[in-house]
Amino acid sequence: MSAPNKSYDPVEVEALKPEEIERLRDEAFAAFAAAGDLDALAQAKTAHTGGTSPLSLANREIGALPPQAKAEAGKRVGQARGAVSKALAARQAELEAERDARVLVEEAVDVTLPYDRTPAGARHPLTTIMERVADVFVAMGYEIAEGPEVEAEWFNFDALNFVPDHPARQMQDTFFVQGTTPDGKATEGDESGVVLRTHTSPVQARSLLERKPPVYVVCPGRVYRTDELDATHTPVFHQIELLAVDEGLTMADLKGTLDHMVQALFGPDMKTRLRPNFFPFTEPSAEMDMVCYVCRGESVGNPDRPCRTCGSEGWIELGGCGMVNPKVLIACGVDPQKYSGFAFGFGIERMLMFRHNVEDMRDMVEGDVRFTRPFGMEI
Amino acid sequence: MRVPLSWLREYVDLPETETGRDVQAKLVSVGLEVETVEQIGAGLKGPLVVGQVLTIEELEGFKKPIRFCTVDVGTANGTGEPQEIVCGARNFSVGDKVVVVLPGAVLPGDFAIAARKTYGKTSHGMICSTDELGMGDDGTHGIIVLPPEHEAGTDAIELLQLVDEVLDIAVTPDRGYCLSMRGVARETATAYGLPLRDPALLDVPAPNAYGYPAQISDPIGCDRFTARTVTGLQPEARSPIWMQRRLQKAGMRPISLAVDITNYVMLELGQPLHAYDRNRVDGPIGVRRATQGEKLTTLDGTVRVLDAEDLVITDNRGPIGLAGVMGGANTEIADADGEQALTTEVVIEAAHFDAISIARTARRHKLSSEASKRFERGVDPQAAAAAAQRTVDLLVLLAGGTAEAGVTEITSPHAPRTIAMPANHPDKVAGVEYGRETVVRRLQEVGCDVYGQDELIVTVPSWRPDLNEPNDLAEEVIRLEGYENLPSTLPTPPSGRGLTDRQRLHRRIGRVLAGAGYVEALSYPFIGDAVLDQLGLEADDARRRTVKLVNPISDEEPALRTTLLPGLLGALRRNDGRGSHDLALFETGLVFRPTGEEKQAVRLPVDRRPTDEEIAGLNAALPRQPRRAAVVLAGAREQAGWWGKGTPATWADAVEAARLIAAEAGVEVIVRADQHAPWHPGRCAALYVNVNGEETLFGHAGELHPRVIKALHLPERACAAEVELDVLEQAVDGALQAPRISTFPVATQDVALVVAGDVPAADVEAALREGAGDLLESLRLFDVFTGEQIGGGNKSLAYALRFRAADRTLTVEEASAARDSAVALAAERTGAVLRGA
Repeated sequence: MSAPNKSYDPVEVEALKPEEIERLRDEAFAAFAAAGDLDALAQAKTAHTGGTSPLSLANREIGALPPQAKAEAGKRVGQARGAVSKALAARQAELEAERDARVLVEEAVDVTLPYDRTPAGARHPLTTIMERVADVFVAMGYEIAEGPEVEAEWFNFDALNFVPDHPARQMQDTFFVQGTTPDGKATEGDESGVVLRTHTSPVQARSLLERKPPVYVVCPGRVYRTDELDATHTPVFHQIELLAVDEGLTMADLKGTLDHMVQALFGPDMKTRLRPNFFPFTEPSAEMDMVCYVCRGESVGNPDRPCRTCGSEGWIELGGCGMVNPKVLIACGVDPQKYSGFAFGFGIERMLMFRHNVEDMRDMVEGDVRFTRPFGMEI
Repeated sequence: MRVPLSWLREYVDLPETETGRDVQAKLVSVGLEVETVEQIGAGLKGPLVVGQVLTIEELEGFKKPIRFCTVDVGTANGTGEPQEIVCGARNFSVGDKVVVVLPGAVLPGDFAIAARKTYGKTSHGMICSTDELGMGDDGTHGIIVLPPEHEAGTDAIELLQLVDEVLDIAVTPDRGYCLSMRGVARETATAYGLPLRDPALLDVPAPNAYGYPAQISDPIGCDRFTARTVTGLQPEARSPIWMQRRLQKAGMRPISLAVDITNYVMLELGQPLHAYDRNRVDGPIGVRRATQGEKLTTLDGTVRVLDAEDLVITDNRGPIGLAGVMGGANTEIADADGEQALTTEVVIEAAHFDAISIARTARRHKLSSEASKRFERGVDPQAAAAAAQRTVDLLVLLAGGTAEAGVTEITSPHAPRTIAMPANHPDKVAGVEYGRETVVRRLQEVGCDVYGQDELIVTVPSWRPDLNEPNDLAEEVIRLEGYENLPSTLPTPPSGRGLTDRQRLHRRIGRVLAGAGYVEALSYPFIGDAVLDQLGLEADDARRRTVKLVNPISDEEPALRTTLLPGLLGALRRNDGRGSHDLALFETGLVFRPTGEEKQAVRLPVDRRPTDEEIAGLNAALPRQPRRAAVVLAGAREQAGWWGKGTPATWADAVEAARLIAAEAGVEVIVRADQHAPWHPGRCAALYVNVNGEETLFGHAGELHPRVIKALHLPERACAAEVELDVLEQAVDGALQAPRISTFPVATQDVALVVAGDVPAADVEAALREGAGDLLESLRLFDVFTGEQIGGGNKSLAYALRFRAADRTLTVEEASAARDSAVALAAERTGAVLRGA
């Protein structure tokens, strides 16, 4: 440590003495520590760091010192002021934290309060399950095709190889639309040639007429049959239909497509079974079953574990399918020598019933919000 | 078709251990839909024996007549003593053979038999009726009286074939031949790889000229007519028990021997037969089309007025039967109970009729019979002679008759049907390499004759009218090879384009409404005039022009909806009635709007693609079917709760729903006051969208008319909106153009304008927007005030205007100038006065 510079006549400034500076600094520290809240601290701040605070005043005195002394005094005062503002900031943070903690405690609420201010809406599960099935095929490259619900008989029956007067035409209980005869009378029976479509299959014919093969379409929609509403029947219901027409399509392709669908909708271990059946618009035709979604076949021969969904059969009947009858291709202008195709269709209500354990068809029909709301936006 | 397993075994030697369920599984895999396997006599346990009634004592003093009988049951009771039995039935006499169940036995339905005291006597068993034994209806409703030849003490379980299994098969329309034991047996034999004993393989005498005279005037309607005559029938002869039992198990009621035999042969061979009482037929039998208006009383006692297309059987007097559907009453075989002279001579008809002709007649007369069901689906024309022979044989055997030598057989020449098919066609259809050998073998099993190598010439059997095309043959091969053995492959469709804009929009609309709290309902589209009246529609309202159904579910609702509201309001009422009162529902779907110009649809050909004009013609027969969306609201839109008050659903929510829908299409809605049923005349908004520069009606929204609410029993102040989505689609104007975002500060100016109460806020807003010019960034109405201070009948509209420039900070003067010009234009257009000015 070097001795003080005595080569100048020093002007002694009381306020700039080291002891004095230390004292002022310590006073500030003490005042900050003594401030019990932010208001008190604000006062202490003004008193000890404001323009008229002793340290600020001392700072002004530096100018009066001879140049040789300025540096040292400036450093001393600067250090003291730095320490004071640091202490202030620390205390400020401390007090704010204390205040926040107190206020946040005061602001506490009961977060378990229910909040049903605007009850949620929902889409109908029939709508969303139809979209979900369609999307499985859209993802494979199929397009969604649509058609009218009031449909010409030619599309609903004739083009699909339902020959007039063939018993197959009576299998589906058809709503006939009343038309007008040329002389202005109301038509009777099936005279108008217009029906409520009994299946989504007329969209097959429309699709083939509108597009050129290859055609891969899926047709969801509403269909009608003259059944009275009860727990298992409804005159208005929904189907989804699939049609693929391309070169070289086989029944194995049909089977693979069905397997893919049930796996996409019900899980990777699902499979389908085909049983011979008859539909006018497919030949060969099949009934398609899928492994029971609920018991996975384990209820078969197991009386201790009966399955209500499949009646312990192990299989659930899903719908009809087959290879597009060449007669249908001809009626729609597609060369059956070159192209073949497959088609299937099934009821959406049925699928919803077993997928979601719906017991009564009427629940899907009546629009009761208590039924629909839990299904939400997607299914 | 109900197929008793015991009967089926007569034609196929199935392994003894094979159960009905086993056979079911086999038949299902070859394509017969065996719906159930009924276990007949399940749980039945003897002793159940033949008894002979020895004495009958009538017990007096009870509410109904009661008999105390003694019955000889041989040694079945262990003692050989007469069995004492109390019986309530009366259709038997001393000496009759009856069926007796003894103590220790169990009848179907877990009905254990024990000696018990009744009517003051002890009954040691029961004399049985058909019901109690689970035998089905025999028409007597009394106890069974057996033919006298059966000895007392004989086991009746065996005698009456009380234990059996019956397969119930739903026969698809293409498999008419399976409406016979013969057909089902053939499928069974093939499924098991066992030989078939074909019951139609009978020696049949050649046709000759001495048969019953017949004349076929319509060889297309009737291409085969066989008649045989049997005389000397014993009128008292009854059907043997085995035949009655088979008929019962097959679901038919035994009637009389001659009728039972024709039914039995029909079940066996699939050939419908008719037996005429020869003495009641007058002259030759003819087959012709009816003359329009001709009358015939059919066996069911109904007088039928015939159509010129109906095929009839005639004698000299006129029609005596509706060919292939039902015989006439005037040549009916006389029943033993009837009043007519008993039948001793019959003419048996086994004919083949045109399927379509029979189908039409059955449909026209709403008369579906066992015969018509078979003819419609196709009957084996080659089986007619065998069926006639079988009937003759049974009449001779069971009724002691004598077959006359005459054999009538009139046939139109028929070439066997052949199908040419590449031998690998089934392989190509299935996606499996079966190989020619397998294909040929399977087709032969079906009954085909097959020739050729790569190109097969296949002659199909007479009983398979459904086999016409190569794919029909492919199905036969594939089903017999087993659908379950098909591999699973995935085709590769061309890359798709996903959903169309329209499809995406429809989904988004559902989501946005559900997101806004609406619950989707899917209503029936059936409506009647009543609901249109309740909605208060004017007589000339377009929504009254409906598509009508010929055969509606309910005569009250014979038409299709022209608006979504009836169904949706029905759902609202239903929910309200079930205790849900705060409701917001939506539906999207088609409505049906005929123009009145619809043409009658013509039946286009199916052997070629219809022309575009033909398709357009068909489409012109259909009504317009636009897709709509609708919402209905009632009760609270926001519920009251600990957070404060709730808000009721109002007209404004309904209008907002329409805006939400349109916003999904990026389309703005123009709202105008309107008066339109079923809405409240002061609270109804007409909604427009801009289609190619023209304002086009999109729908309506608002509060419902109080009268409508009352008429439909809806909650007070219910609201609704309905819009046409097809219009919205037309209003879509390309991709949304991104807004330019200015980062300069905003200048906010509030104005309150006083206007007359009937000035639409939309007009004020439009004027403000236009007047404010390009600097206006946004404008929001934040308050509406009415009160004396601003003059009665006026309203004050308070708007917050936000101004901003793209390139600079606006000065107060610039913002004020823009505001002043906005107010000035509003004043000019709507008479608005700046409040406080």
